[in-house]
Amino acid sequence: MVSVGSADRYLPDTVQQAVKILVVGAFGVGKTTLVGSVSEIEPLRTEEVMTEASVGVDDLAGMHTKTTTTVAMDFGRITLNSRLVLYLFGTPGQRRFWDLWDGLAEGALGVLVIVDTRRLEDSFDVLEQLELRGLPFTVAVNQFPDSESYGADELRCALDLLPDTPVVMCDARERAPSVNALISLVEFVSSTVGAVRARETAS
Amino acid sequence: MSGPDGEYAASALRPYVITKGRSRPTRNTVGIEALLIAADPPRELPVSATREERALVRMCERLLSLVEAAAHLELPVSLVKVLASDLVDSGHLNARSSIPQAVLPESQLLQEVLDGLRRLR
Ligand SMILES: Nc1nc2c(ncn2[C@@H]2O[C@H](COP(=O)(O)OP(=O)(O)OP(=O)(O)O)[C@@H](O)[C@H]2O)c(=O)[nH]1
Ligand SMILES: [Mg+2]
Repeated sequence: MVSVGSADRYLPDTVQQAVKILVVGAFGVGKTTLVGSVSEIEPLRTEEVMTEASVGVDDLAGMHTKTTTTVAMDFGRITLNSRLVLYLFGTPGQRRFWDLWDGLAEGALGVLVIVDTRRLEDSFDVLEQLELRGLPFTVAVNQFPDSESYGADELRCALDLLPDTPVVMCDARERAPSVNALISLVEFVSSTVGAVRARETAS
Repeated sequence: MSGPDGEYAASALRPYVITKGRSRPTRNTVGIEALLIAADPPRELPVSATREERALVRMCERLLSLVEAAAHLELPVSLVKVLASDLVDSGHLNARSSIPQAVLPESQLLQEVLDGLRRLR
């Protein structure tokens, strides 16, 4: 099963720790493209099986049925230094996948949300969920050729974001703006963690 | 998994997987980004070990994340999570640390991430 030339798939033995960031967004906003632009490996695809207990008519009869959904996730990797590696998980934003986020987001540094200004309304649900779940996120606005160009403040308003949520412009096909979007997220998480720590020390 | 008043406990509603007839919460001790490497020196697997377990240990002959191993083996991540945590318990695989759940990332770690990302620009 291990194919020839698979040796370079491995991490250097010095790597001690892995961190992760979720890349979330509505259908077709550029999640896979962004992961591919920054990943040092050819992005990989894997499947997560979700089992949901379905509550409904069946329960009245005392039968608990379960439905199984398979979610494809694609992910990439960036070795940050000799001891630390970052994984990026492209995760679909549709409602039926939200439970998957819980497991994935556990221990994640934060979430990069990609939005497409041609279909902003597709992102409302996703953003609201992230706020409800208290996951720190940054919004990357992916610019398509036929997108109108809006200012960050205009978009912040249209998306009804909290005042300190960062909004960055992005072209997911390019490495530099994609990396910048990730940097903006980590800076935001850093300042949030700093603020939490300061509050803890003060009390 | 019924609560005192016959209602389903919240944890019962979480997604779970079934492996070898057992069910386990997906909130496992090993996260999907856990870094796995086979024990050195290698420990022989019991005769009862499944083909998937053998393949996973072989895949992790050098350092690799759980999710990459799953992708290369074309196995569902949820399955590999269960297999990996068993194999870690039995000493056939070692897992290196990721951020434990419910812990804020340390500012030093975040700085390291930022430095690494800035080098990519
Ligand atoms: N012009 C432009 N096109 C982009 C950009 N990002 C993605 N695309 C294109 O948009 C299409 C969808 O991108 P994907 O990366 O597949 O989007 P996705 O979010 O992974 O889509 P799903 O996984 O199907 O939800 C592809 O044809 C990309 O080439 C961008 O920043 N600019
Ligand atoms: Mg995709």
